[in-house]
Amino acid sequence: MNIFNIYLSGVGGQGIGLLSEIILRAADHAGHAAKAVDTHGLAQRGGIVVSQIRLGASAHSPLIPAGEADLAIGLERHEALRAMQTALRDGGTLAYYDTVLQPLPVRLGTAAEVSAEDVARAAATRSITVHAVTRPDIEDPRMQNVAVLAAVNRLGLIPGVEGEHYERAMDDLLKGAALEANLGLFRAAG
Amino acid sequence: MATEVALGASLNGYLSTVFFKSVGLNVAADAFVQLSLLNLIGGMVVVLGDDPGANSSQNEQDNRHYAAMSYTPLLEPANPAEVYAYYKEAAALARSLCRPVILRLTTHVCHAKEKVAFAGWEPQTFENNPRFDAANGPYIPLTAAVFPKKRTALENLRKAERWVDERGLHTVTGHGSPRGVILSGMVALSVADALEGLPDRPDVLKLAMPYPMPSRVIADFLQSHAEVKVLEELDDTLEKDIKALAYDRGLAARVIGKADDEDWVGEYTADKVRDILHRTWPDMVPARKAAVEPLAPVPARPAQMCPGCGHRSAFHAIKKALPEGTITVADIGCHTLGFMEPYRMGEVLLCMGASTSMGAGLTLLNDTRKVVAFLGDSTFYHAGLPGIVNALFNRHNLTLVLMENGTTAMTGHQDHAGSGRNFNEPTDAIPVRQLLEGLGVRHIFETDTYKQAELPDLMRQALDVDAFSVVIARHPCMLLFTRNQRRKSGYVDRHVTIDQDLCTRAHVCVQDFACPSFTLAADGSVTVNPELCIGDGSCMQTCPSKAIIR
Repeated sequence: MNIFNIYLSGVGGQGIGLLSEIILRAADHAGHAAKAVDTHGLAQRGGIVVSQIRLGASAHSPLIPAGEADLAIGLERHEALRAMQTALRDGGTLAYYDTVLQPLPVRLGTAAEVSAEDVARAAATRSITVHAVTRPDIEDPRMQNVAVLAAVNRLGLIPGVEGEHYERAMDDLLKGAALEANLGLFRAAG
Repeated sequence: MATEVALGASLNGYLSTVFFKSVGLNVAADAFVQLSLLNLIGGMVVVLGDDPGANSSQNEQDNRHYAAMSYTPLLEPANPAEVYAYYKEAAALARSLCRPVILRLTTHVCHAKEKVAFAGWEPQTFENNPRFDAANGPYIPLTAAVFPKKRTALENLRKAERWVDERGLHTVTGHGSPRGVILSGMVALSVADALEGLPDRPDVLKLAMPYPMPSRVIADFLQSHAEVKVLEELDDTLEKDIKALAYDRGLAARVIGKADDEDWVGEYTADKVRDILHRTWPDMVPARKAAVEPLAPVPARPAQMCPGCGHRSAFHAIKKALPEGTITVADIGCHTLGFMEPYRMGEVLLCMGASTSMGAGLTLLNDTRKVVAFLGDSTFYHAGLPGIVNALFNRHNLTLVLMENGTTAMTGHQDHAGSGRNFNEPTDAIPVRQLLEGLGVRHIFETDTYKQAELPDLMRQALDVDAFSVVIARHPCMLLFTRNQRRKSGYVDRHVTIDQDLCTRAHVCVQDFACPSFTLAADGSVTVNPELCIGDGSCMQTCPSKAIIR
């Protein structure tokens, strides 16, 4: 297959690391040549967390060239828009969990909060397909990552990766009650 | 410290490995630069994490200079599979030479993930057999011993060069183009991406060991190519070596190095490499299409102190006690984030343990402005003590605020000498206060940072002392604390809320105390985001109208 690039972004603490690891392993279970790289730095403290995944034998570096992501996954609205504008190609796909964790300038009153309409408008100008996910019934916000994953699976956004691959990956990485809860959400939301 | 421990183990005959990031080698340098002069009978691998792009470091220093300065061979893998393979090569070479070998990794080699095939697991038994023998030395670096040891180190460089050559670790790919590229490490992957799909491509010589420069391999490559581009992240060490080799041997190949200052800056990603190669050979490598300009502005998202962080409470309270013009000095750690809006506390930062000594310098010829230094407890044990000893010995009049949270939070909650636990097992905690008293600090104040009424008062008292004073501002790391609480059965998430009838929209919570849990709506109303709030309540006493309730 040709290269398929996935750019993930969220806020420290939202579970981008686990989500990236699940997708990477699922892609491996699906038989893709897969590599990934995380960028954390200071991100653990409410900063931006980015992870990049590249599928296909002709992808060499784990870093996606600028504007060449086929799919951007965001776990927060501001980071979804940022990811779309820095990483996603024209005509690509954005899937994001539509929650807001206000960045500092918004809380200080020096910048405006990004609205869902802002995201949709910016996407439309570049023929980007947007899937905004919300699951108000989730009790633990740390499971929003799996809610987005379920949408990615349901919509078939990653070529060749099926539900069973994601579930095997979750089984590799989680155990006990956490595995049950996340699998339950993944299947219900799927 | 770690380098010295690894050195000691190696002197007893054990293969040792020491890890640090780029600037960590500066701290270890006093020991490190001597290692290749010593007969390390067990061998030693130095795993070095350089940070081109300064993703999480103060600078992007190129530690290949340390390799050259200390005559230490340096292997440079490009991806996780090579890290595994080259570590084994480095260990074998270090054992064979009885000298250190550097395994240099860069940020996105360290953070990369891919499937790696491991060799079969062959458990080794390690004999408890300390083999230190002074006869293996000399281990005392007196003048008479230095010259023969240096000659051996230089001879070892030639041995390392031959060893890597014979192992066939340097690779040439291509189809006999008159143009060639010489590179090492992760730049190889960037170049492969940049050239992917192009009909006409330069040959690529990938060096497994860029220092010492493999003369034979490079001379062969220069002889078989008319133009050779050296693609080297950060500094131009290889370029200079290669140009010198070409000059000495009268080789006709045109060696193309760095063109401008930007070639020295930042990570050599596929995009950057593509731009450089296009500039070098525009007929061969087309320009990239222009970057997409963002249509909608997205507010920046700087890292923040976590909800409930004791440092936030400390800064909020201490700021009230500081006279106009006070100079505040930060150290390395989570509290460094205090330099940002709205706190602006700790406005100069250098390296680990530097705050007290920098603060001491700021008191010289300064009778008008108070000086306050901040220091985390982990750094206090690690590198903070000499600065405190200096402040006492030389009678520097400043106040040190020791931010004690019981862990090394910024880097992932490693235990430290005050935690009561080391990497392997429980250990005796070294108490902060007794250590300070033992050093002779006479003026020590301490409180929990959540005590917003008491902390400014203690701070004023400390500033009034006409001598070195310390305020221990204590509160456990709430990220770690909450994580541990969540693991317990029966844990219930808690959070505060805002009584909208009482709220006067003074915005102290969201803009002065500035916990990220508060959300500011366009109409000026403030709410609490339950996804972030941990219910610690540290904000409640900061609200002038007592509108925050739990």
